[in-house]
Amino acid sequence: MVNIGLDVASMNEPAVNITSVPNTKLEVSDLTISYGNTPALSNINFSVKEHEIFGIIGPANAGKTSFLKSLNRMDTFDSNMTVDGQILFNGLNIQNLKNIYALRSRIGVVFPLPVGLPLTIYENVALSPRLRGIKKRSDLDIIVEQCLTRAALWDEVKDRLNSLGSLLSGGQQQRLTIARALSQAPDLLMLDEFSIAVDPVTTMRIEDVLKELKKDMTIILVTNLVQQARRLADRTAFFLEGECVEVGVTEELFTGEVKDQRTRDYIEGKFG
Amino acid sequence: MFAESSLNVRNKRVQNLFRILFMMMTILLIIPVIIILGTLIAKGGSIISFDFLFTDPTNGMTAGGIFPALLGTIWIVAVALLASVPLGIAAAIYLNEYAGDNWFTRIIQLAIINLAGVPSIVHALFGVGAFVIFFGFGTSILAASLTLAIMTLPVVIVSTRESLRAVPQAFREACWNMGATRWQTIRRVVLPNAVSGILTGIILEVSRTTGETAPIMFTGAAFFLPFLPQSVFDQTMALSLHLFVVATQVPGVPDNLPFGVALVLIAMVLLMNSISIAFRMYLRGKKKW
Repeated sequence: MVNIGLDVASMNEPAVNITSVPNTKLEVSDLTISYGNTPALSNINFSVKEHEIFGIIGPANAGKTSFLKSLNRMDTFDSNMTVDGQILFNGLNIQNLKNIYALRSRIGVVFPLPVGLPLTIYENVALSPRLRGIKKRSDLDIIVEQCLTRAALWDEVKDRLNSLGSLLSGGQQQRLTIARALSQAPDLLMLDEFSIAVDPVTTMRIEDVLKELKKDMTIILVTNLVQQARRLADRTAFFLEGECVEVGVTEELFTGEVKDQRTRDYIEGKFG
Repeated sequence: MFAESSLNVRNKRVQNLFRILFMMMTILLIIPVIIILGTLIAKGGSIISFDFLFTDPTNGMTAGGIFPALLGTIWIVAVALLASVPLGIAAAIYLNEYAGDNWFTRIIQLAIINLAGVPSIVHALFGVGAFVIFFGFGTSILAASLTLAIMTLPVVIVSTRESLRAVPQAFREACWNMGATRWQTIRRVVLPNAVSGILTGIILEVSRTTGETAPIMFTGAAFFLPFLPQSVFDQTMALSLHLFVVATQVPGVPDNLPFGVALVLIAMVLLMNSISIAFRMYLRGKKKW
């Protein structure tokens, strides 16, 4: 492993709230998100442990994507979006962070539709390391190969790293997006329905990759496919219409040990 | 089953009528262009030669070439670009990438639109007051160029802004999500993809600046000068003003001289426009998304 230059010092913000347990990656309390006057998510409380895959399932409009956006402080892009409550990331309240750039650089995001930046394949993956100040070509080469390999894309693109990323097929672009997220060497990887534009075979390959990545990072997996949550997630939360109905160990939820009837109905496919 | 009803027939007739009407309007548009170019070539083409372009006027401007005017126009345009391009691009980047949509930016927006609507003679008088007198540049290339720069600033700002706006927001957000600052995002993703539009705008500005007469005639362009400008603080001759002079102010000018000057002027503008179009087509072929 090369030193990929993660700037740990830059996250040294004054720890306002060190209330969380050491191996808790993320602690969400009383989180409410709204767009204008329309609430998207209200009163969410749960925590995500380090090195787990945390699944979030639920039908459309449940507030899953809004939740991910708030973790990355994407509310700063959208003046309409307000976030109340508290999110502790590594014990730091992210609402008070002055250096949101450092926060974002530690969180990799993959959205449903791939956004291949209008750069070459190589530059797509090398961009984040470059932003961190890595200039040496040989270091960048190693990172690019590592990330593309982990995203199960290397073999398909290794001969044309200098062609445009946006010319790849949809599924390839999504894997490029994943490689780009990995190039940030993130603490936390968030995937929002990543498999929508990806064929089933590739989806399975990426799922295998995620199981591997768990050793190095925490993963939050938002998915429409309940079976995908079952295959991957250690624990799963069920969101419905802006409410977090239930959080539980995935296997228990799927074997019927649910507290709320709505969870059972959704998992069994009675609605959604 | 597909037999034409009378309604079908009527619809078709109306549709043909409108098609022909619009086509004729389009043809009407290009007639003046053809007439202007045709006249200029017919009446002024005979005088165009290497000597005409590269020698001084003689005999009280009734003979000889146009070199000082041609060179002066290039001077004025170049200095105007040096002033307006950095300023315009910086303003456009600020407006599109940094400033939100609030009363402040809306006022600036309004100011830019109004600046574009100010008649060029008013710009000329402003230039006299501001650059010639207040800043003490005198009637000089610098004063003329700055006047033109202010006049064409809206062109640069608007075209730059349009090309920045054409870069999809998703690219910016993807970049911000990686922890990039606004400037890193602009430099690495936005600007490289907007550069074709920005350059096109600059070339259009050049072609507009080349032909302007009023803003420079009080601020820096001279009726006749026996020497070439040595620095930006000198006066200079300029093609557009030279055309006005030989066409109306000097007796005894042969007919083909003013037409020749006009032909050179219009050729410069057309050349710039063709470069801009070619460039746009080239870059559009390389469009990255």
